[in-house]
Amino acid sequence: MRWLLLKDLQILRRSPLQAVLLVAYPILIAILVGFAISRSPEKPRVAFLNEVPSGAHVNVGGQQLRSLNVEGRICARVECVHVKDRDEAESQVRSGDVLAALILPENLVEKINSLSTLTPGVPKVEVMVNQEDPLKSELVNDRISALLAQANLAIARRIAGEGSHYLDLLINGGELKIAGGSFPILGLRATAQILSALEPALPPGSLRTSLNQVTSFAEQARDNLNVAGPLIDRIAQPIQVDKQVVSGSSPPLEIFAIAVAATFTLAFVTVLLVAGSLALEREENAFSRLTRGLVSPLALLGEKVLLGVVVGLVVTLLMLGGLAIFVPLEWSRFGLWLLAILFGGAGLAAAGAALGAVAREVRAVSLLAFMVTLPIAFLSLIPSGSIGSGLSDVIEVITALFPFKPALRAMTAALDSAGPAIGGPLLHLAILIAAYGLIARLALRRFSAI
Amino acid sequence: MARGFCHGTPACVAASTVPGVEAALEVQGVVKRFGEREALRGVSFAVAAGERVAVIGPNGAGKTTLLSILAGIARPDGGEVREVNGGTIGWVPQQAALYRRLTVEENLLLFARLEGHEDPRRSAEEMLELCRLTERRGEIVARLSGGNQQRINIAIGLLSRPAVLLLDEPSVGLDPRQRARLWEFVLELAAHGTTVIFSTHDIQEAERYGQRLLVLADGESLFDGSAEALREAVRLEAPESADSDFETAFVAYLHHRGH
Repeated sequence: MRWLLLKDLQILRRSPLQAVLLVAYPILIAILVGFAISRSPEKPRVAFLNEVPSGAHVNVGGQQLRSLNVEGRICARVECVHVKDRDEAESQVRSGDVLAALILPENLVEKINSLSTLTPGVPKVEVMVNQEDPLKSELVNDRISALLAQANLAIARRIAGEGSHYLDLLINGGELKIAGGSFPILGLRATAQILSALEPALPPGSLRTSLNQVTSFAEQARDNLNVAGPLIDRIAQPIQVDKQVVSGSSPPLEIFAIAVAATFTLAFVTVLLVAGSLALEREENAFSRLTRGLVSPLALLGEKVLLGVVVGLVVTLLMLGGLAIFVPLEWSRFGLWLLAILFGGAGLAAAGAALGAVAREVRAVSLLAFMVTLPIAFLSLIPSGSIGSGLSDVIEVITALFPFKPALRAMTAALDSAGPAIGGPLLHLAILIAAYGLIARLALRRFSAI
Repeated sequence: MARGFCHGTPACVAASTVPGVEAALEVQGVVKRFGEREALRGVSFAVAAGERVAVIGPNGAGKTTLLSILAGIARPDGGEVREVNGGTIGWVPQQAALYRRLTVEENLLLFARLEGHEDPRRSAEEMLELCRLTERRGEIVARLSGGNQQRINIAIGLLSRPAVLLLDEPSVGLDPRQRARLWEFVLELAAHGTTVIFSTHDIQEAERYGQRLLVLADGESLFDGSAEALREAVRLEAPESADSDFETAFVAYLHHRGH
């Protein structure tokens, strides 16, 4: 087997274009995918234009609210690209430099303030998007909706906070600051206490009874308004999220991106190399000569899988080493990396051998390998629950039949110390190695037929 | 199929067409079917050591099928192939079965190693000398002419030091000069005792290089004998073509036999 392996490596060395395609192309794709996944959901670039005059303030009940810091809140969530005017914002969106442009118009605060008047306006922010790409459009809609919901929540909380402050003054008393002046407010609590103190001084009779009724009212009002305080707070965000993780453990995004990139590389290198190399045995008319007593078909398959694993291991480790420059990786888990790459590589190589044995011709094999690997890899990245349950189940079954997803799970588990156990994916891969090995062996029966 | 050895039994000697020379290979009643179609219908013959046998016949006659069965690549549905004295059979497929991106020497070394030779470098060296490609040992096979590729193809088939060498249409695609070199090479092998069985479409080539001709048509063995004996058969069965060239006479013979 080692002589055949040596021969395949010699052939690979003699075909620089093939070597470049097999090694450089997947690495390039993997790095692009890795960066795309690690960056896009985190901080999309949004052009930001704030036309609101710097002195404008939101008024509640004649009081000026302290700064709402809308710009700060938005720019904490997205990468704000500050632009000087609407033309620049539009130009940035058109060119695709930014995902969208968000404009806070000059009259925004004025419109917010009108909400507490008899002629309320509708405060609006302006959004510019580029609709050329439906996926991008959907992403922008989601992002902007989330940002506005957060902005509305922030304003509601500030208003609710001011309301609570006034309610507290009404109950407990204090200093009301208005128009640069300060006025003492007695409050219901003190009022009730004063009235209670006055009550014994009055002679029994109707006046004392009336005072007693006023005291009782002040106490009831104080107690009931005390309850209203937390209620006002809740109005700002009536429903809260109580998140419980019932299954799975999400790895850090950059670790997941690296696992995706590494598995992509491993998949393309092993599937294409093994499938192509097996088909080449037939194209060179060597298969019949080899299997005429020199090598058994099973040994030939084993050699091809070994070739895929060896080349896949080298390329994937090189890639991980390169990515480790940008993202810190836990080198103490190197043993688990090796396990994940060896099992994943063997699973993918076995699938490549089956494809090569079935398709038989090098060109057909290359096409088939791309047609199978690429969609399966993308299907494997769709999170469960993000699509309809029926379709999700179908995708789950399809992706479970190809080694990409278990290889990705194994790689994620190997890279992430807080991640899931690696045993399950390795067992899954072992089953697929046996299954694809059997398919390849059966397909080899008619391999040399014309 | 029952492959076996007859170790010089009287039956084996009797089966040989060369008096007093032991048969190297015996084929008895070989049948091969592809679905409903019978590709070979009970073909029998024996070949003596060092003999050169040309298998000829029209397209679809069963020549390649017969050689594939003799090589052990295809299994017959009936009949028997017997390798005498345990000699191995070397097989040279119609299209060169070698790695075009490896050098001449790398190809020979690889197959010598796979054959389990004790000293594969020495075996490769011998084959390089035999096919007279020592000077071009380091060249990538894809850059060699078809004739030279075919010589390496045959050299690889000879690595197992076979008693019988099977050549499936070895001269296809070669120019006349390359053909001449190829046959010079094959005649030299036969002169050293290697039995050669080759299939060909070229009747003149069969007449010139085959000591015996085995004529197949529609899977049947129509004739087994020398070129002179075939001419005699034509004279008897198709006298109007008896004085024509060998190819025309052969076609007339097939026609007369209903093919």
